[in-house]
Amino acid sequence: MRRTFPILITVVVGWVLIVADFIPHKPFGNLGDDFALYFDIIAVFAFILGGGNLFRIHLTKVQKKKKDWPFSIVTLGGFIVMLAAGLFKIGNPGGIQGDVAAVGSLFNDMYMQIFTPLQASMFALLAFFVGSASYRAFRAKTTEATILLIAAFIVLLGRTPFGLWLTSGLTGDMSFLQLPNLTDWIMDVPNLAGQRAIMIGIALGVISMSLRLILGVERTYLGGDSD
Amino acid sequence: MTRRQLATYIFFGVVVILFAISVALKGFFVTFGAFLTLAIFSFLYDDNPYYKFAEHLFVGVSAAYWMCMGFWGTMVPNLFGRLYPPMVGPVIPALKDNPSDPFMLIPLILGIMLLMRLSSKAGWISRWALAFVVGTTAGLNLVRYLRSDFIQQISSTAMPLYVTNSAGFSLGETISNIVIFIGVMCGLIYFFFSKEHKGAFGAGARAGVIVLMITFGASFGYTVMARISLLVGRMQYLLDSWLGMIG
Repeated sequence: MRRTFPILITVVVGWVLIVADFIPHKPFGNLGDDFALYFDIIAVFAFILGGGNLFRIHLTKVQKKKKDWPFSIVTLGGFIVMLAAGLFKIGNPGGIQGDVAAVGSLFNDMYMQIFTPLQASMFALLAFFVGSASYRAFRAKTTEATILLIAAFIVLLGRTPFGLWLTSGLTGDMSFLQLPNLTDWIMDVPNLAGQRAIMIGIALGVISMSLRLILGVERTYLGGDSD
Repeated sequence: MTRRQLATYIFFGVVVILFAISVALKGFFVTFGAFLTLAIFSFLYDDNPYYKFAEHLFVGVSAAYWMCMGFWGTMVPNLFGRLYPPMVGPVIPALKDNPSDPFMLIPLILGIMLLMRLSSKAGWISRWALAFVVGTTAGLNLVRYLRSDFIQQISSTAMPLYVTNSAGFSLGETISNIVIFIGVMCGLIYFFFSKEHKGAFGAGARAGVIVLMITFGASFGYTVMARISLLVGRMQYLLDSWLGMIG
């Protein structure tokens, strides 16, 4: 019951969706869309599960005064205030019928002034780390690293006005060597070839894994407990 | 009290005073946004309490944000709004007269089963919901990837290797098509590990590595640009929205 039934669910649902794709008529007609909707709804329950788990972990950390527990109060505070602001639509100009992210609501203010600065700053921080990573790759002095950095350098410069200015003297037959043109060629030709090879590889991986799942061969997603 | 502790307290005091002045002049949210931006960037020096504060706040706020968006964007209109429309009438009046769909009990029950994961005794029930999610993903992705990422990509690669247009032979397009065709083949050869990369096969794999490195380089360049543009955005926020030094 604990392992067999879930495997049965995976196998039946997987096969039904494949059959539905090849027989787009009743009773299979809209099964793909229906199941995708069910999937979205269950994903929201997964968000709730994640939030509940986060709350539980940080509450335990505060109760047991584990390392850095005062910061867990910050997490819990941010979580509770944002959740209350969103669920009860606090300060929403349209009341409970208004859009959850309506301008003027506390939820929107927190999104714009807390969530967005934090998210953008976190990602912007990576600019420094990728710079440091490229320096390390350059120091590796391998052919592969050099090719990677040359391609990155051309793409970086080619997408800026400075790149165009730098190579604007190359005209006529040599215009294809202007950095913006060279960038376009790299993006449209060798980059496309590499992306395609990766996509085909991923597709083969996804197809084989999907087959393993709906044939009941792959069972690791059920965890290690026995029946 | 050591000299280092004293310096920390003085620094903290100065920060509090400066931000109190900023709150009075610019308002709480703008000041707090600037504080959080600086707190995140302080990680460039070293891990510190300001960064930890911002990091922990980000975790809490983002978890609640996605929960709220999922609740109001998916759960209310698509689950409750279809299962029992009169229930969502006070919130979304347009849905209250819709017909009820009893099949929506399926995702509701599976969702509740998923929440059982929080229970130590009944956690195994969540596997049923997980099995549905895995089965749906497998069933939908098998055909989707076969169609769009496998057949379609191969089809797009099989292009003429000798291109002519209205002006006659096109050298540029011919070279591009040959590079794409050989690049895809060599990239796939590199990913084929069932045969040892030696001889002609090894040379193909080596060419595949070069193509992949150019791809990664291009992606790397784009990533760096995206991150730098975000950094510029943060600097504009600090210098313009907060300090009013621009324009």
